Amino acid sequence: MAGGKEIRTKIKSVKNTQKITRAMEMVATSKMRRAQERMRGARPYGEKIRKVTAHLSAALVDYAHPFLQKRDTVKRVGFIVVTSDKGLCGGLNTNALRLTLNAMKELHQSGVEIAVTAIGNKGFGFMNRNGAKVISHVVGLGDTPHVEQLIGPIKVMVDAYVAGEVDEVRLVYTKFVNTMRQEPTVEQLLPLAGEAIGQPDHGYNWEYLYEPDAKTVIDDLMIRYLEALVYQAVAENMASENAARMVAMKAATDNADKVIGNLQLLYNKTRQAAITKELSEICAGAAAV
Amino acid sequence: MAMTMHVDVVSAEELIYSGTAEFISAPADKGEIGILPRHAPLLTRVRPGALRIKPANSNDPDVILYVSGGLLEVQPHVVTVLADTAIRGADIDEAKALDAKRRAEEALKGKTGAVDFAMAQAELLEAVAKLAVLEKLKKRGH
Repeated sequence: MAGGKEIRTKIKSVKNTQKITRAMEMVATSKMRRAQERMRGARPYGEKIRKVTAHLSAALVDYAHPFLQKRDTVKRVGFIVVTSDKGLCGGLNTNALRLTLNAMKELHQSGVEIAVTAIGNKGFGFMNRNGAKVISHVVGLGDTPHVEQLIGPIKVMVDAYVAGEVDEVRLVYTKFVNTMRQEPTVEQLLPLAGEAIGQPDHGYNWEYLYEPDAKTVIDDLMIRYLEALVYQAVAENMASENAARMVAMKAATDNADKVIGNLQLLYNKTRQAAITKELSEICAGAAAV
Repeated sequence: MAMTMHVDVVSAEELIYSGTAEFISAPADKGEIGILPRHAPLLTRVRPGALRIKPANSNDPDVILYVSGGLLEVQPHVVTVLADTAIRGADIDEAKALDAKRRAEEALKGKTGAVDFAMAQAELLEAVAKLAVLEKLKKRGH
């Protein structure tokens, strides 16, 4: 049995760890609230842009944007993988990456190639280690992601799509269901599904005036729509990340409590055993005299 | 009753302004434009500049917002400004894309480009196993 001193040191170290996990839990809780607000804040833009796009596609039937056209043969699929930058958030990234890997494997078996845009350190590291073709990436988004940071990496993927190097683009991220539940999801980003844009909520159409011209405006609109979708995924992923971290750290704090309890018990037992032993030695000594 | 229209100014990150107005002036692609209710449907790019909104309640002061670009949609009674949070331009975006590409290529140096599924699977399995152990530890002692 370990000596009393060793156990005391061990208890102290577990207590210190517990302090850290507790602090991380509290930080994650407050960050989660902010991340949730950001997630909600991003929604109106997405809705508005969807409405405008719906009006537009109804008003302008003769111009088929490449983003809306489905391709007959799919030779390469692009994945935009959104993960967190930091670890210690339970199974969040593992689950999302496993989902991605399964989807990739399926494509691979049918001879489809893969290209990846990695958003977040964890996914980037994973894809790189395992030899995936990462065509663009962005890491270190911090606590407040900005659309500006995403423009470049997304454009690389979109350019590849427009150039025909990629025939489909999917978006992987972790959906925030509630504090206790986050679900990894794969969504098709390109070509944009008709239902994603939807129908205008009016029975009649307007002929728009365009400045400078219809094509430019639509192109601008489409790229912004895509960016808004990705940004929303990033914001949602961040809320999920902090929720997952909060839960994981809460579990860790509880575990530390249990470990401390067990160690304390062990310590008391050792102490008592030592006292008993000493007493019996004294008694034996006294009896021998 | 004076005619009014609904105005929404949104960026990808947040809702900036929402309310009713009787006049808006905006820096459109081909110059400053003024919009009154029942304007013809219009879609235009917005250049960086000031957006001035005259609220429906004439006692309220004008709202002046800075937009760094974006798109403006006008319908007879609804005006939507999709504002950019960043200064945009074809060449700026291009530069960003090139920069992202370059960084990716640097990171990719010496890589084959084919996913090693076995290795990836192993890595994930390890992570899952670790999580399972943690889960067990959590349950123990309950």
